[in-house]
Amino acid sequence: MAFLPTSPDDLHELLSTVGIRDAEELFARIPEHVRFRGRLRVDGPMDELALRRMFRAGASAVVFLGGGVYRHYIPAALDALSSRQEFLTAYTPYQPEISQGTLQAIFEFQSMMARLTGMDAANASMYDGATALAEAALMALRAKPLRRIVVTRSTTPSYRAVLRTYLRNTPGVEIVEAPFDPATGRTDLDALERLLDSEAAFFIQQPNYFGVVEDLPAVSAIAAGSGFWGVVVTEAVSLGLLEPPGSSGCDVVAGEAQSFGNPASAGGALLGFFCVKKEHVRRMPGRIVGLTRDHAGARAFCLTLSTREQHIRRDKATSNICTNQGLCALRAAMYLSCLGPGGLREVALQCACGARALMQALQGKGLRPVFSGAVFHEFVVRMDPGTRARLAEAGIVAGIPLDPHYPELENALLMNVTEMNTHEDILCLTRHL
Amino acid sequence: MNIPEGLRYTKDHEWVRVEDGTVRMGITDYAQHELGDVVFVEIKPAGTQLKAGDAVGTVESVKAVSDVYAPVAGTVTEVNAELEASPELVNSDCYGRGWMAALTLASTPDLDALMDAAAYRAYLEQEAK
Amino acid sequence: MPDPTPVTSCPMVREPLLSELSGPGRNGLTVPRPFAAGRCADIPAALNPPALPEISEVETVRHYTRLSRLNTGIDQGMYPLGSCTMKYNPRIGEEIASRIADIHPADEAALQPVLAWLLDLKATLEDLCGMDDSCLWPAAGAHGELTGMLVIREALRRRGDDRHKVLIPDTAHGTNPASCTIAGFTSVNVPSGPDGFLKAADLERHLDGDVAALMITNPNTLGIFEQEIDRIASLLHANGSFLYMDGANMNAIMGIARPGDMGVDCMHLNLHKTFGTPHGGGGPGSGPVLVKRGLAPYLPDPRIVRNAPGGIGLVARSPESIGMVHSCLGNVAVLLKAFVYCLSLGPDGLREASIRACLNANYLKERLKKVFDLPYPTPTLHEFVLSDRVQKVAGVTTVDMAKALMEYGFHPPTVYFPLVVPGAIMIEPTESEPVGELARFADAMGDIASRAETSPDLLHAAPRGTPVERIDEVWAARNLVLTWNDLNPSR
Repeated sequence: MAFLPTSPDDLHELLSTVGIRDAEELFARIPEHVRFRGRLRVDGPMDELALRRMFRAGASAVVFLGGGVYRHYIPAALDALSSRQEFLTAYTPYQPEISQGTLQAIFEFQSMMARLTGMDAANASMYDGATALAEAALMALRAKPLRRIVVTRSTTPSYRAVLRTYLRNTPGVEIVEAPFDPATGRTDLDALERLLDSEAAFFIQQPNYFGVVEDLPAVSAIAAGSGFWGVVVTEAVSLGLLEPPGSSGCDVVAGEAQSFGNPASAGGALLGFFCVKKEHVRRMPGRIVGLTRDHAGARAFCLTLSTREQHIRRDKATSNICTNQGLCALRAAMYLSCLGPGGLREVALQCACGARALMQALQGKGLRPVFSGAVFHEFVVRMDPGTRARLAEAGIVAGIPLDPHYPELENALLMNVTEMNTHEDILCLTRHL
Repeated sequence: MNIPEGLRYTKDHEWVRVEDGTVRMGITDYAQHELGDVVFVEIKPAGTQLKAGDAVGTVESVKAVSDVYAPVAGTVTEVNAELEASPELVNSDCYGRGWMAALTLASTPDLDALMDAAAYRAYLEQEAK
Repeated sequence: MPDPTPVTSCPMVREPLLSELSGPGRNGLTVPRPFAAGRCADIPAALNPPALPEISEVETVRHYTRLSRLNTGIDQGMYPLGSCTMKYNPRIGEEIASRIADIHPADEAALQPVLAWLLDLKATLEDLCGMDDSCLWPAAGAHGELTGMLVIREALRRRGDDRHKVLIPDTAHGTNPASCTIAGFTSVNVPSGPDGFLKAADLERHLDGDVAALMITNPNTLGIFEQEIDRIASLLHANGSFLYMDGANMNAIMGIARPGDMGVDCMHLNLHKTFGTPHGGGGPGSGPVLVKRGLAPYLPDPRIVRNAPGGIGLVARSPESIGMVHSCLGNVAVLLKAFVYCLSLGPDGLREASIRACLNANYLKERLKKVFDLPYPTPTLHEFVLSDRVQKVAGVTTVDMAKALMEYGFHPPTVYFPLVVPGAIMIEPTESEPVGELARFADAMGDIASRAETSPDLLHAAPRGTPVERIDEVWAARNLVLTWNDLNPSR
């Protein structure tokens, strides 16, 4: 049987040591009326070849899809390194003496995320950007007595949905959305300011869901009127080109780092990240790796501030998170190491240039961006459903429809370009228009 | 187990010393021993008003975080700033330099509800069983 | 004493940090450049390049290769971690999962086969657990727990019954009460009976109109089957409360007993435990939530449904759903690996896996109870708990023995959990372990027990021969150096 290493002789030895005749006796204490005497309904057993034949899949030929999960170039070294059994099959590094590899790698991940975001500290990861935002809101509530969480309407819809789910049972706290300017696509800062006071926290996404770059320095100016604020980043590659969000003085930068070395993979595994100012370190959810030394004085790493976590603090823990996205964080660190500052900047520039190349090509076909605000690598155009369907039939997935979440943006499509697209992709699209 | 005379004690292992109209408090030798090496102490700031039994702060070691409770009703007047850089004082000198907060008393009767040294010792022995 | 086997093949070399390996101009990577540069004047670009180290590919590969050799993985030897189910991670799962790497979740056509597999996985897990419906999106067990408790909360709210308390046994995993808190409940501790399992009669005392649910793990963290579970379920249901099950220990009972048949209303599974997906040094995992049909309307958005013309779609919003708990479809790659695991074993294989997991654990228990204190004589399934009571007499504690085990090439068992056993040592070998490895482990533990008698002081110094010696966790917490910037602020 697959993966089971005991032979009949082995079984005999085990049974005789335990002092039973039949393994069935192990389950004697289970009351008969809850015993399952049927047969499980699952196919198999299947051999590896049969499995290879069964699991066939592939992406569409040409895609311009973003919206929170992004296709990026992944250096070959990442698969080779992250599939090493010492990383892949290892447990959570609770026993630091035999987990220094994982611990140092995560310490390095934390360091790079903190520097990229311009913050003081980072944790070892969250499930995804949406839950990272939700946990940031919960942290805000631990930091200050707050009655309102303001989130921009230009924040990714699924993120706002997850935030609402997490805060469902927090009494006395309302969630309010700040509108965007329908011309520029940026958050309406006057409207946002009117929603803020010392009992409100707010979160703004950069770049926002429409791909538009928000004016963080201006946001920073009005933030002083709030109790707590944070920046949400769903496209980590943007950190290669834009000003680190932390330079705006926010309390937290949280979001999605799947773009760093993790494939799109039908939407998961993703990689939430969470970075804070020094004063919030003890409130930060999740695992944290710290530097220390062993008893012989050598430099070493270990999980620290664990007393805030669920396994010790239990019902008063900062979060319930236990298993996070460890291997994905490792790959992110490897990615950043492979790319370096020049490489990451170049990838970001390629994405931005590619988006502009597509915008220009579309304008030639009479399709103009809906918003005037400067974008990073995504933008919104109106495209009638018929055209979209025609493109899909030709294997071209033009973008993500926005009207389910923004009914006023009829027939609007969110289109994304990364360094994984080519000029041929753009030509292919325009030929079909 | 060090249990000095002249102090009052709570069931949650806090000690209290009366000093003309104010009260100084901390955690007992038993408590610091149970916690292990203290790494961080957080006490509510001066001006905080508390009822007896309210949480006045937390004390953290590598294996646990414990809440510290106000033994009497009062207002926090002073917080031991030395503990920020040297939390280990709670282990080495819990009744002296490891003090945590000073409170002004709301009323005198509160103190009588606390145990004296002999009663606390007996309480510890009872708990151990 | 047998020669300690080195846990790693690495000489005692301190691996520098990436920041220490960095040097200007060292990175020579060529990234793809499909587009002409210089069109982006309208972006407010930062003046400075991102703050990252500059390292060559060679040094990156060497750095991570050397780091990996400071670790130990399940492919090297047994990890007897109780309640973690560290079983073999089938590589066919890794291979199959890589096939969906390039698929974007909004690529509807490409997603079709993936959704079909997820529907099959859903059916498989529901059948395995005896449940009616499920949601695959929670990204870890704790995430699943939170989702389950939110579902229960919603069910209560909809019937106009706002309850606040959740009963949690003293043997529960810490995520249980933590998840309750986020869901807006207050957790109430319920002691287990003297035999190590919950007594329905004791539970009755705690039931009132404010109890929303009981969270049970079955078998519990002592490895003992909660034999009164169906009576407990009846009591709860009569009280208008729900029974939630933490499925972390499902590896003991696959094909043997189904939570749905025990009266469980809602539960989660840990795919990275029972279904052999790799732990990855801390994730990604997956924690699907399964429910009885009464709770199905409240499951998270989106729902997978079969469309009339034969396709499979996602329904974004269901009217009574608690909403979304994840931005996408959870850890899809992990879901796929778990599905591959089930298909590789088939119905008889899954059942046999549980049988052998329990047999392996009982073998170890028989051998180890001769030298270690076994606090509960009640029969156990796939894991069991010892304590350091005997060795403590000589001043040797659980942590000393755990660190000493590393010298024999083993990752230590789960220690100091569950809290009901002081100095707890929780051992779960899983069915992946060959008899030889079990015997080797039993020998090592026996050796440590005799060293505790003859030379306890040496055990306090354990581990020796590992890449680092015993770690100073107090220094870490007092000094809080969480990034390399704290070491060298100018970098």
